[in-house]
Amino acid sequence: MSNESITKTFTVATLLAIVCAIIVSLSDVSLKGLQRQNQELDKQTNILRAAGLVELNEKVTAAQAAELFKKSVTLVVDLETGELVTDVEPYELASDKTNVRSLSKDDDIAGIGTTPQKQLVYAFYDENDSLQTLALPIVGTGLWSTLYGFLSLNSDLETVRRLVFYEHGETPGLGGEISNPAWASKWEGKVAFDADGAPIIRVIKGTVNPSDDDANSQVDGISGATLTGKGVTNTVAFWLGDNGYGPFLKNLREGKLQLPVPSAQSERPSESGEPAEAAQNAAAN
Amino acid sequence: MKLSEQSKDSFIKPLFKNNPIFVQILGVCSSLAVTTSLRTALTMALAVTFVTAFSNVGVSLIRKVIPSSIRMIVEMTIIATLVILVDQLIKAFSYDLSKQLSVYVGLIITNCIVMGRAEAFAIKNNVGDSLLDGIGNGIGYGMVLIVVAFFRELFGFGKLFGVVVFPTVQNGGWYVPNGIMVTAPAAFFLIGGIIWLVKTYNKDMQDAE
Repeated sequence: MSNESITKTFTVATLLAIVCAIIVSLSDVSLKGLQRQNQELDKQTNILRAAGLVELNEKVTAAQAAELFKKSVTLVVDLETGELVTDVEPYELASDKTNVRSLSKDDDIAGIGTTPQKQLVYAFYDENDSLQTLALPIVGTGLWSTLYGFLSLNSDLETVRRLVFYEHGETPGLGGEISNPAWASKWEGKVAFDADGAPIIRVIKGTVNPSDDDANSQVDGISGATLTGKGVTNTVAFWLGDNGYGPFLKNLREGKLQLPVPSAQSERPSESGEPAEAAQNAAAN
Repeated sequence: MKLSEQSKDSFIKPLFKNNPIFVQILGVCSSLAVTTSLRTALTMALAVTFVTAFSNVGVSLIRKVIPSSIRMIVEMTIIATLVILVDQLIKAFSYDLSKQLSVYVGLIITNCIVMGRAEAFAIKNNVGDSLLDGIGNGIGYGMVLIVVAFFRELFGFGKLFGVVVFPTVQNGGWYVPNGIMVTAPAAFFLIGGIIWLVKTYNKDMQDAE
């Protein structure tokens, strides 16, 4: 039979397709567990870096991350009311398609169109179960790209602990410097709110003049990246404002909210901790 | 086992005389994208070498049964399978690198070198020679990538393999990074420079007047 007959052509195509499909499926199935673990660890590392428990260029193992997360609580916050949502488990949010809130043009200073209605917030505690830091996920538009990061506040809920961007597509060396630890460290300890609780922290052009009245709320700009800096300012202002975590932070400051402490909820197995990891390991095996 | 002249040739030629990048001018797009740091360039070089080597082997193995009407689709399927495999492996064992390489591992499918070697070599040569040709082309491609990445990482970020060589002003040092080195045009200039140098010192490669 010649190579060119229709039967031969179909046979070769079918056999090849089957062999290739088997190789691809096998690699997908056998490596999925490891890949999930990597993703999960990557996410946890970002949160820990934002919370200031891990240095920005430091790596942690899955075991270390799990240990550090023992002193944390993952909260589900309703952004509109600023109340805690207790009838939803944190892991359910990612797959909840209805968890969207659209923004009006005037409100949307971060240029993101929509935000979730319910948002995850990570609270970390010290040995005495008193709040150490709140890591707030933020997202906004820079010059070229969407910036993904975390802003964490100290326990006074006024000053910044860290600002970390873990994903963006800004120009390397210019706007891309927003993920440089040297620049990120300039945010540490800055005052984020004015006396009325409105966000005032911002990136300025050039370096901060320490004799300015609100020098404590200004961050040095990156030279050559004025527009990315603007994007960062707007992103932070949005998420700390009324449409972001504003109501939640206000409730906390006024003592209207009682945050759960990690030791009190150790019986709840569904938090990000060993049980989730055990499930992943099971999946990997 | 002594290698025949042809086998030797199929490995050595693509390293320099018939280098995929600076002689065949193939695979230039990816060499612009992944050469901002040596680590990504090296990973990409290994990934492409793996794919060209085994796609050549795959195509060569079944070269006598491939109907010519679906020849290219068959080659493409083999290449795509290998690329997915590499992508999955990098994601599983080197997650940080996979984030930096992002879509470019998947885009090895569109790298003309792989398809070019399958179509130009593996389809009419034996398995051993095809394997050597694939490895040779992968290394030939990788060498250029690494040279380009060396200059871009050193002058764009003041680092080599992530280790600080010139402390940059952003981190309190003295070196002002060269902005163009971190963008794609720098790779164009560097590759252009390499082609110019190689052709100047190797008269055989110059186009006939």
